Amino acid sequence: MHFGPHLLLAALEGLVTSAVLALTALGLSLVFGVMRVVNVAHGEFFMLGAVLAWAISTAISGHPALGFLAALVIAPLIVGAIALVAERLVLRRLNYNPEATIVATIGMLYIIQQLALSFYGPEARPVEPPFSYRILLPWFGYSGYKLSIIAASALLLTATWLVLTRTKVGLIMRATQYDSETAQAFGIAVGRVYGGVFALGAMLAAIAAVLIVPISQAHYLMGQDPLLLSFIVVIIGGLGSLRGTVVAAVLIGLSDGIISMFFSPTLAKIIATLLVAMVLVFRPQGLFGTASR
Amino acid sequence: MSEASPAKAYALHLGIIALLFVLSFVLPEYYHGLLARIMVLAVFAMGYNMLFGYVGLLSLGHAMFFGAGLYGAGLAIIQLGWGVPAAFIAGIACGAVLSLIIGLLALRTTGVAFMIVTMMFAQVFYLLILYFANWTGGDQGQVVPQPARVLDFGATALDLTNPTVRYMTALALFSFVLLVTLAIVRSRYGRVLVGIRENEERTKMLGYDTFSNKLMAVVVSGTICAASGAAYALLFGYVGSSFASVQYSILPLLWVLLGGAATTIGPLIGTVFMYYVIDVTSGYTSAYLLIVGIALILLVLFFPKGILGTIRQRWLGWLP
Amino acid sequence: MTPLLTTKDLSRNFGGLRAVDTVDFTLMPGEIRAVIGPNGAGKTTFVSLVSGRIQPSSGAIVFDGADITSQPAYIRVRQGIAYTFQITSVFANLSAYDNVALPVQRTLSDGRSKGAVRAGVMSALERTGLADRANMPAGQLSYGHQRLLEVAMGLALKPRLLILDEPTQGLADSEIDNFIALVRDIAKGATVLLIEHNMPVVMQLADRITVFNAGKILAEGTPEAIRENAAVQEAYLGTAP
Repeated sequence: MHFGPHLLLAALEGLVTSAVLALTALGLSLVFGVMRVVNVAHGEFFMLGAVLAWAISTAISGHPALGFLAALVIAPLIVGAIALVAERLVLRRLNYNPEATIVATIGMLYIIQQLALSFYGPEARPVEPPFSYRILLPWFGYSGYKLSIIAASALLLTATWLVLTRTKVGLIMRATQYDSETAQAFGIAVGRVYGGVFALGAMLAAIAAVLIVPISQAHYLMGQDPLLLSFIVVIIGGLGSLRGTVVAAVLIGLSDGIISMFFSPTLAKIIATLLVAMVLVFRPQGLFGTASR
Repeated sequence: MSEASPAKAYALHLGIIALLFVLSFVLPEYYHGLLARIMVLAVFAMGYNMLFGYVGLLSLGHAMFFGAGLYGAGLAIIQLGWGVPAAFIAGIACGAVLSLIIGLLALRTTGVAFMIVTMMFAQVFYLLILYFANWTGGDQGQVVPQPARVLDFGATALDLTNPTVRYMTALALFSFVLLVTLAIVRSRYGRVLVGIRENEERTKMLGYDTFSNKLMAVVVSGTICAASGAAYALLFGYVGSSFASVQYSILPLLWVLLGGAATTIGPLIGTVFMYYVIDVTSGYTSAYLLIVGIALILLVLFFPKGILGTIRQRWLGWLP
Repeated sequence: MTPLLTTKDLSRNFGGLRAVDTVDFTLMPGEIRAVIGPNGAGKTTFVSLVSGRIQPSSGAIVFDGADITSQPAYIRVRQGIAYTFQITSVFANLSAYDNVALPVQRTLSDGRSKGAVRAGVMSALERTGLADRANMPAGQLSYGHQRLLEVAMGLALKPRLLILDEPTQGLADSEIDNFIALVRDIAKGATVLLIEHNMPVVMQLADRITVFNAGKILAEGTPEAIRENAAVQEAYLGTAP
C-alpha cells in the first residue's frame, strides 16, 4: 500500500478512536464541570459497559444485532444505576469535597475492577458486531461497523449538546455548574442534579464501551487507557467545556492513530502524557478553553 | 506543635524504636522479613506524610520518588557495578533531583490539578521504565545479586541478605527518618508548613515565601521516599516496574490516611495495619486490591483523621 | 520629611471595571490614615495593591523610597507592610499561640532560641489582651477575639505600615472602645492605614482621611475638613446637601 491510502486508513482508525473517546471524555468532563468531582473510576464504568455488553449479548440468542442492541440499551442503564448508587452512598456524604472524592473514586476504581476480575475473570472476550458489511474503497476494504460507530457517536454528541443548550434540563445543569449555591437558592434540587449528572457521565462511558467492544474485546483492565486518554482530552479541551472536549478528542484520537502507526505505542503514551502534564502546569485552562472564572 | 511536653513525645518515639528492636529477638523468624519490609515501606509512608499530612498537598505520584530510589540504587549496582553505600546514595540523589524538578513544575498548580499532574508525571516515569526495558528489566524486573549486597569493611562484612542484618538496617533507617520527621515537625519550619496547609494566603501575608517552603517540602518528602526505595532494592534485592505503578502511589496515601495524616507515628501504624488486614484476607480472596478500595472509601467516609488522628483528637492532644 | 508610601497613577482593572483608577496617594510616617468610601469604591482593592495581594494593571508603588511595584507580597511584608484581613483569616485549627508564633519567628533574626519566640508571642498577645487564651484553638475564640488575634498577628510582624481592613466590623461597642485604644497604642510605633465604615471610629482615630469613590480619590483632608466637604456628602448620601 502507498503512503496516501496508508494515511487514510490511519485517519479512519483515528476517527473511530476519536468517536469513542469523545463520548467517554464528555462523561468525565460533565461530571467535573457540574460537580467539580474528578472521577478516577470513570474508566471502570467504561469497562463495566463492555463486560455487561458481553454478558447481555451472550445471554440473548438469535441474530447478533439483537443481542448488541439489547446491550446498547441495557448495559448503560445498569452502569448508570450503579453510578447513581455510588453517588448517593459515597460522593454525597463527602459533600463533593474535591480531594476526598478523588480518594473515594480511586477506591471505587479498585472495587469495580477487582469485582470484575472475581466474577468475569481475567480473560478477554469478544462481542460479535451487529452487522459485518464491508465498504470497498479503491485501495482497501473497510468495516462498515466502524464507520457506524463514528456516526452513532456524532449523533449522541449532537443530542447531548442539544439537551445541554436547548432544554430545561440543560439549563438546570448549566445553572448548577455556574453556581450551585445560587441554583439551590432558586429551588433547583442540586443533589438530584448531581446524582443525575454522575449517572449520565457513567452512562456515556458505558455507551462508548458497548460501541467499541465488537472491534476490541471486553477485559477487566480495559478501563485504564480510556481513563488516561479522557483525562488528556478533558485537560487539553479545557475542563468542563463541551466544544473543547470534542475538538480535543478528535485531535487526540487522530494523532493517536497516526502516531502509533509510526512510533512505539509506549513512546507515544510517554510523549502524550508529558505534553498534557505540561499543558496543565503552564496553561491550566486548556489549549482551547478561556481562563476560568 | 505547641511548646508542651517535648519530653513525652521523644520518650514515645524512642520507646517505639526500642520496641521494634526488642521484637527482633522475640518474634519468630518468619516475621523478621515481613517487619523489615514494613519498616522500609513505613519510611515511604512517612515521606508521603511529610507532604500530604503537614503541607496538605495530596500527590498521586509518589511512586516515582520511591521508584527513583529503587532504580537509582538497583541499577547503580546491576549496570554500573557500584558498591552498596555508593548505590544507596545514588538512589537518594536520584530522588532528590527528581523531586526538585517535579516540585518546580507541579507546584505551579494547586488542588485537583496538583493531584492529576503528579499522577501524570509518575505515569511518564513508569512508562519510561517500560520503554527502556533492556536497561531496567521492564515489567519483569531484575534481581540484585546477593554478592553485590554485602557491605565490606575490610575486617568484617555486613551481608544485607542476612535476616538479622536486614532487620537491623531497616530499623536503623526507620529510626533515623522517624526522628528527623519529629524534629522537622516540631521545628519552626514545621510550623510554617502547617500554616501553609491551613491557609496559604495568610501565611504568605505573614512574610513567608510559600512556594520555596513547599518546594523544600516536596524535596524532603521525595528524598525520604527515595531512601525507602533505595533501601528496598538493597535489602530485598529486586527492582521492578510495579513499584513505580499508580498502585504504589495510592498505597502510601492509604497507609497515611489509615494511620493518621499529620501524625509522626501514623504512617507506621497504617502500614502495619494494612499489611495485617491484607494478610488476614488473603485467605479468602486473591483480589487484595478490593480490600484497598474498600478501605479507602471507608476511611474518607467515616474515619478521615485515621487511627492516631482520632486518638489525638479524643484523648492525647500532645501527640506530635 | 519623605513619605512612607506613595502611589503614582495606580490602576487596577477587573474585566471592564476600573476598580482603582489612576490613584496618586501619599502617606507620611507616623500618621493614622483612614480610607473611607461607599461600598465598591475600590478601598479594599487599593490596599490589596499596596500589600501585594493583587498586581496593578498600571502605575507604581513606592515604599520608603524604593519602588516595590513588582515585588511579591511576602517581600513587602518583610519590608514592613503588614495586612490584616477584612474577613477574619486566622488559622482556625491552630492555637492562638501558634497563630502569633508564625509571624514572630519570621521576624527573629537569631533563628535559634525558643525563648525569644515565646517572649515575642506573649508580648503581642498581652498587648491585645489575649494572653490567657494562648492555648485555645483560634477557631474557638469569639469573633471579637479573632479580630484581635488578627491584629496581634499584624503587630508581631513589627510592621512599619499596618493596614487594617475594616477591623471593627462585627465588634460590640465595648470592644470598639478597647480597639481604639489599641490602635492609638500601635500608632506610637507604626504608621496605620485603616479602612473603616464606622464613622465615629474614623473621626476619633484618623489624623487624615482619604475618601474613595468609583476607584478614584474624591477628597482628602483632616476629619473636620472631610466632614464639611460637600462632594463627600453627596457621594455618601447620594443627594446634594
